[in-house]
Amino acid sequence: MHKYIIRRILQFIPMLFLITVLVFGLAKAAPGDPLTGEMLDPEIDPAVYEIRREALGLNDPIYVQYWNWLSSVSQGDFGKSMQYTGRSVMELIQARVWNTFYLSLFALGVTLAIAIPIGIYSANRKYSLFDYGATTFAFLGLATPNFFAGLLAIYVFALTLGWFPAQGTTTALGLSGFELFIDKLRHLVLPGLTLGLASTAAYMRYMRTEILEVKGSDFIRTAHAKGLSNESVLYKHTLRNALIPIITLLGLEFGTLLSGAIITERVFNYPGLGTLFLNAISNRDYPVIMAINLILAVSILVGNLLADIFYAIVDPRIRYD
Amino acid sequence: MQEQQLKKQSLEKQKSNVLLEVEGLKTYFYMDNDRVAKAVDDVSFSINKGETLALVGESGSGKSITSLSIMRLIPSPPGKIVEGSIKLEGKELVTLSDKEIRKVRGNDIGMIFQEPMTSLNPVFTIGNQISESLMKHKKMKKNEAYKKAVDLLKLVGFARAEQIVNEYPHQLSGGMRQRAMIAIAMSCDPKLLIADEPTTALDVTIQAQILDLMVEMKEKFESSILLITHDLGVVAEVADRVLVMYGGQIVEEASVYELFTKPKHPYTNGLLASIPNLEADVERLESIPGTVPPAHRFPKGCRFAPRCKHVMDKCYEANPDLLEIDSKHKVRCYLYEE
Repeated sequence: MHKYIIRRILQFIPMLFLITVLVFGLAKAAPGDPLTGEMLDPEIDPAVYEIRREALGLNDPIYVQYWNWLSSVSQGDFGKSMQYTGRSVMELIQARVWNTFYLSLFALGVTLAIAIPIGIYSANRKYSLFDYGATTFAFLGLATPNFFAGLLAIYVFALTLGWFPAQGTTTALGLSGFELFIDKLRHLVLPGLTLGLASTAAYMRYMRTEILEVKGSDFIRTAHAKGLSNESVLYKHTLRNALIPIITLLGLEFGTLLSGAIITERVFNYPGLGTLFLNAISNRDYPVIMAINLILAVSILVGNLLADIFYAIVDPRIRYD
Repeated sequence: MQEQQLKKQSLEKQKSNVLLEVEGLKTYFYMDNDRVAKAVDDVSFSINKGETLALVGESGSGKSITSLSIMRLIPSPPGKIVEGSIKLEGKELVTLSDKEIRKVRGNDIGMIFQEPMTSLNPVFTIGNQISESLMKHKKMKKNEAYKKAVDLLKLVGFARAEQIVNEYPHQLSGGMRQRAMIAIAMSCDPKLLIADEPTTALDVTIQAQILDLMVEMKEKFESSILLITHDLGVVAEVADRVLVMYGGQIVEEASVYELFTKPKHPYTNGLLASIPNLEADVERLESIPGTVPPAHRFPKGCRFAPRCKHVMDKCYEANPDLLEIDSKHKVRCYLYEE
């Protein structure tokens, strides 16, 4: 197992290299550069921009630029933002990464807390009114785009009902301790639910399907033939098997959540990585784009690895050696 | 006077010797399009203590549904025991509450299935799966149940029982898994072991071992066996008495010796004729033309009539009754009417 994990982590290196090459190329292929937006000002001599371009290295051939980026990143230096002049990329990310982490964690928690019980209940009462209701909700949830669900949530729960705040992470400065925690939590509710909606819908369906599939297995009949109660057949024999694919999917879910957060954060004006990322893209802030992309890529790769590790833990038939 | 009393005594003795009594069992499946599949249609038989009764028939003849009815494991809906009684030592099973029948399953009646590969839960150890029944029915503590599980595994022929108890099903071969299934079925010292095609999925060499083990266990635990099979070779090897099923009904009932030497029903004759014989020099193997009719579309009259060599006009009119030829031989066929 240890050997397997080390081998997998070593495989990350060439994959990350390819990903960064691709993303760097794509970012550069987009028209414009960090200074394009500012050039609209007629008061400033275009020659000034040429000097600044030269200083930022934007006039170098693309492979030289990539090489410069790569060599500084490999020394742990993600460079400076081209948009927020003078601020280091690390500083910008550190200010926001936890917000995104909490948001994703909240969404994941909501997904699991809602989807698994409903999935089980639905499977146990197949074709009941409850099951049809859950199925309808699941299809609506899957079909609704993130940004639309977010706007709807803001309209209903923030503007009309006034239950939860519509944007940001805190209401006022000066809160501390438990009050601050509650305030932050209240700010997480709407974006968290929005972000978790599609996954909740999907996991509900997975859970239902898995339970129904396992219920038809021979070993479930064996469990009944032993005289076990319906509860112990469900919660021990059925659930343990039905959760195997779900747990595996969870590892992959982390990357999905992070990329989903990009749109959701924008809708709720939530100061996380997503907002930073979108701004960086519109301003061609290459160092920030590359750094956030690297974070996304690493989290997806780690998520994949975790999925495989979880798989081996929950299913004794899977062994890596 | 004395004679009558003796007769009565022997009758009572016979009665107390009966372990399981199935009377007029009807298990129907109600399908979506309002069709009713009469999978088991008026089946009566009994199993004596210490006896091995074989239930023989083609796929779809209702033999597995009969055994699942005894365990009350018919998937419901769509299945339902519509009529009849199943008595285990005089206790009616058909009307028991769900809670009560669970005390019978795994405790009074143990069951093993056809597919040892899929009949064990892949994510729990063998020990876990054996001790489950013991903890439930015998109220054992966990470590006590594991100790008993090791003993049971030794009993069913595992040399490395101490290791096997901590292994998972995928680490065992098919024959070993079936041994583990037998250990589970016998764990609570059941009065009846139901074996639903226990050797069908196994290698021929392993088949004999598993059959021997079942007989050995039966004797050790003083239980009875209901053996469901389509393999007449298996029947000849272990059964005391045989029921032949066709189209959800019993068509012949006899002792093993009687059945193999003096088969009566044309269906039984057909089954016996289709066993390959090493000595006979034949070009083609005998077979019974046609297939078992589906349980929702039985023909009027005798259900075997469309495939029967000896079919008569009246066979198409009404289904014959199960005719008693002598006290130990019954057959459902007009050929043997007076």
